[in-house]
Amino acid sequence: MAETRNAVELRNVVKRFGEFTAVQRMNLTVPDNSFVTFLGPSGCGKTTTLRMIAGLTDITDGDLLIRDKRVNALPIHKRNLGLVFQSYALFPHKTIFDNIAFGLKYRKIPRSMIGEKVKRALDLVQLPNVGDRYPNQLSGGQQQRIALARAIVIEPDVLLLDEPLSALDANLREEMRVELKRIQRELGIATVFVTHDQSEALAMSDKLVVMNNGMIEQEGAPEDVYNNPVSAFVADFLGHSNIIAGELDGPDQEYMPVHLSSGETLLTTRQQAGRVARVEGSKSVRAVIRAEKIDLSTENIPQDGMVALPGRIKTVDYLGQTARYFVTVNGRDWQVINPINAHPHAEGADVFMNIAARNCVILPGHAD
Amino acid sequence: MTGWSWIRIATILVYLFLFAPVAVVILLAFNANQFGSFPIQGFSLRWFEALYHNDAIVRAFKTSLLLGVLTSAISTTLGTLAALAMVRYDFPGKRTVSSLLVAPILIPEVVLAVALLLFLQFLSLPKSFFLLLMGHVVFTLPFVVLVVQARLVSIRRDVEEAAMSLGATPIQTFFEITLPLMLPAVMAGMLFSFTISFDDITGTLFWKPGGIETVPTQIFAMLRNSISPEINALGAVMVIFTVALPLLGTAIARRMSAAKMKSAKT
Repeated sequence: MAETRNAVELRNVVKRFGEFTAVQRMNLTVPDNSFVTFLGPSGCGKTTTLRMIAGLTDITDGDLLIRDKRVNALPIHKRNLGLVFQSYALFPHKTIFDNIAFGLKYRKIPRSMIGEKVKRALDLVQLPNVGDRYPNQLSGGQQQRIALARAIVIEPDVLLLDEPLSALDANLREEMRVELKRIQRELGIATVFVTHDQSEALAMSDKLVVMNNGMIEQEGAPEDVYNNPVSAFVADFLGHSNIIAGELDGPDQEYMPVHLSSGETLLTTRQQAGRVARVEGSKSVRAVIRAEKIDLSTENIPQDGMVALPGRIKTVDYLGQTARYFVTVNGRDWQVINPINAHPHAEGADVFMNIAARNCVILPGHAD
Repeated sequence: MTGWSWIRIATILVYLFLFAPVAVVILLAFNANQFGSFPIQGFSLRWFEALYHNDAIVRAFKTSLLLGVLTSAISTTLGTLAALAMVRYDFPGKRTVSSLLVAPILIPEVVLAVALLLFLQFLSLPKSFFLLLMGHVVFTLPFVVLVVQARLVSIRRDVEEAAMSLGATPIQTFFEITLPLMLPAVMAGMLFSFTISFDDITGTLFWKPGGIETVPTQIFAMLRNSISPEINALGAVMVIFTVALPLLGTAIARRMSAAKMKSAKT
């Protein structure tokens, strides 16, 4: 096998709709065989970016490369892409067989081969016997599998998935998620997946791209992005975080104190503090502590590199395996998510919030 | 008596009022009597035969048929393309164009008829079959546009996008995906424009060149002399053309799609 190439590459890509800039100077790569997810709130530019890769929206400025070839001006029907929509977009007047065979027809593939390929695609999505049915005779989940089969049967250079699971109900969505990932692995197809659902994004991606306001906020392995958000937006968008302004203090040492604006003092690590390029005299930062990285305890057990803040539980949301608490410390509410051992802590109970220095993520002050 | 019974009776009366005259015409068309009136004196096809041997009527019938077919062909083609432009593309002045396209429905036909006539005079063009045809196209076009537009809105754009992503050019996508999906509306528009053209009289009276008669203007001319039972027969034939044919067409279409679904359900 050749060295890793990029299936898709964006270089300084800009998209403007009139006065509005939907995508701003985006640089991005989709490596071969990888599963890349665009995650962000609606209007963040993720779908626009996908549509530019697909050739459904033209590019205002910059270069788009597919398999190292500049394709800015190449129309969609010449790009060899697999496209799956939220709405399935099957052809209602064609049988399932004809739906899947559609792309093969335009690729000068002999009839005998078409039957074979369609059959293999149907087997791959585990719907071997529906070839002569019509789309409206299948359930939503089945239709989406057919849409996937139709997209992969042409052996596309890139598979583009535009919120393909969002129209399905919760159970089915989970099942399809596993299925989709299995198929992608099996075929080793470079895939771009657009979603606003963070659990989908975290579970499926090799590379996660968090977008906001037409820009990439952060990209990297899901775990990396989750644990080390580089902006308040990412920290807030992925999971639940407590974000509090404060001042970084003291000499450069292993554990460094952060004085929060609400009066408490936390510890952070040198490594965390090092992520903020400190200008002399300016020490204002923001501390980000994920809700599930705070341990609640009824007793104060002092530990190295750990701070225990006393507080009182204001509300408890029972979530089954976990509980979500709002803990009041000096008049400020902190969000805490903890697993439940026997019973959740009771409302009104006095507790200690144990926060390890390595879980205190430091972001620069207000210049986000 | 309950309120519902009254409504039922009223409904029946309304329908009687609407359709009894038509039924009378059709019944009298088969009347053997010399005069086109009741009582009916036996069943006969003699008036249909007379119709067939009446050169003026046969000629008018052929003219109407030709006019109707050409009108519906032109209106359907233009109307479908216009609807596509309205639904699928954005261009400056779209709203204005949209209302202008539908305007001929709102403007009284007489006004439209006179206007076109004055326009011809202004251009110093003589009346001709071609101009009659253009007149019919003008006031059947809105029906096609409205019907096709309504259907097109319900065809999702991403179905077309999916087809193109699979390698179909925009033109191939139109013929493989868009056209088949909007075909019922196109057919409906075609039938509409044919029937509207086939039985139009107002505009036709103004626009037709000397010596050319359509079925409605021919009937109108015949009525000026006397009410011949031939007219009843002609009326019956017209009803068949403008009502029965479309009904038959939709029935066949339904049967075909039902058969298709059935064969798919094995």
